[in-house]
Amino acid sequence: MMSYVTKSPWIIHYDGSSCNGCDIEVLACLTPMYDVERFGIINTGNPKHADIFLLTGSVNEQNIPVIKQIYEQMPEPKVVVAIGICATSGGIFAECYNVQGGSDKVVPVDVYVPGCAARPEAIIDGVVKGLGVLAEKRAAMVKK
Amino acid sequence: MDRLTYIIVAVAAYLILAPLAGGLLAGVDRRITARMQGRVGPPILQPFYDVFKLFEKEGITVNKVQDFYIQCFLIFIVITGCFFFAGGDLLLIIFTLTLASIFLIVAAFSSNSPYAQIGAERELLQMMAYEPMVLITAIGFYLVYGTFNISDVVAGGGPAIVYLPGIFIGFVYILTIKLRKSPFDLSMSHHGHQELVKGLTTEFSGKTLALIEIAHWYENIFLMGFVYLFFAWSAPWSPILAVLICCIIYFLEIFIDNNEARVKWQLAINTSWIAAATLGFVNMLVLYFIVF
Repeated sequence: MMSYVTKSPWIIHYDGSSCNGCDIEVLACLTPMYDVERFGIINTGNPKHADIFLLTGSVNEQNIPVIKQIYEQMPEPKVVVAIGICATSGGIFAECYNVQGGSDKVVPVDVYVPGCAARPEAIIDGVVKGLGVLAEKRAAMVKK
Repeated sequence: MDRLTYIIVAVAAYLILAPLAGGLLAGVDRRITARMQGRVGPPILQPFYDVFKLFEKEGITVNKVQDFYIQCFLIFIVITGCFFFAGGDLLLIIFTLTLASIFLIVAAFSSNSPYAQIGAERELLQMMAYEPMVLITAIGFYLVYGTFNISDVVAGGGPAIVYLPGIFIGFVYILTIKLRKSPFDLSMSHHGHQELVKGLTTEFSGKTLALIEIAHWYENIFLMGFVYLFFAWSAPWSPILAVLICCIIYFLEIFIDNNEARVKWQLAINTSWIAAATLGFVNMLVLYFIVF
C-alpha cells in the first residue's frame, strides 16, 4: 500500500551549534530557486506537526535536552536527517571540550548529509532518502 | 414533499462535495500563491495528500478533552453549511458558525501551551472583528427580502447586490479574516508556519489537525456560498454568474494575501468595525429610506 507520508513530508529544522552555513542552505531550499514545496515539503517549526527532523551543527552539552525534547514531541513515523559534516560527526569542532560529537550521540539519525556547508541539492537528496525510511517506518507501524 | 427532497439532496451534496471542492480550492490557492511568489508550487491535490498523511500519523494529545472539542468544531461547521445550503434561517446559521468557532477556541485554550493560548486569544479578537459585519449582512438581507430564510432570498425578485452593494464590500472585507488571509491572518495563517500566527494549531497533531483542515474546507465553501447569495436570484443563468463572481472574489483574496503585510490585531478590529459602521450601516440607512 502506498503511504501518503512520502507525499507530504513536513520538516522541523533545529540549529545545534552550527555556524549558520548549513542553516542558510536549508532555508535556500524553500526559496523560489529550489522550491521544495513542489514535493509538498513545508518548514513547520512545530515538532508536533513535523515528519522530518533536520539537524544542523554539532551537539553540545546545552542543546542535548532540546534536541531530545523536539525528537520526543514528534509523532511517529518520524525521520532524523543530519545536515552538514558537524551534525554528521562533529566536524572540525569534534575535539572541543563542550562538543559531544555528531547528532547521532543524542537521537537516532536515519540519513547523513555531509558537506561544509551541505549544498541545497544534497539536502533535498537527503530528505528524499529520508522519505524511503519514512515509508518503511510507516509500514512497520501498520504491521503493529 | 418536494421541499423535503430538495433539503435531503442539498445536504447530501454539501456533505460529499464541499470537502472535495474545498480541498481543490486550497490546492489551487497554494499553486496560485506559489506562482505569485515566483515558485512552481505543490501539486493541485497537495491538500488531500497532507490530510491523508495526518490521518496516518500517531495520535498525540495533551489532554482528554481536546479531541472532543475539535470534533465538535468540525460537526458544527458542517451543520452550519447544511443549514445554509438547505435554505435555512440566516440568523441560525450565523449562530451555529459562532458556536463552531467557540469550540475551536476552547480546544486551543484547553492546553497550557502559551502559543496555543495566544493563538486562541487572537482568534477571539478576530471573531470580535468580524461578527458585527456578519450580523449587519443578515439584517441587510432581511431589509431587502423581508425574511431571514435563504430559500426565499434566492427565489427573490432581483440579485441582492443591487440593494446591498455597501454591505457586500464590507462582507468581502471581513471575508479576509474568515478565509485566514493576510493582512488579517493572526491566529491560523496559511503561511508563517514557524511563527506565532500559527499559534492556534500548536498543540494539535495528526488526526486532530486533519479534522481542523477538513473543517476549514467546509467553512470556505460555506463562505463562498455567502458570496453566491448576493448574486443569486430567480433568473436561470444567475447561478453561473454567481459562481463566476465567487471565483473572482477568491482570486482577489489570494491577491491581497500575497500583497499585504500582516497588521496588528488593533488595526484588524478597528478597520473591520469602521467598515461595518460605514459601508454596512450607511447601506442599511439607504435601504430604510427606499423601503419606507
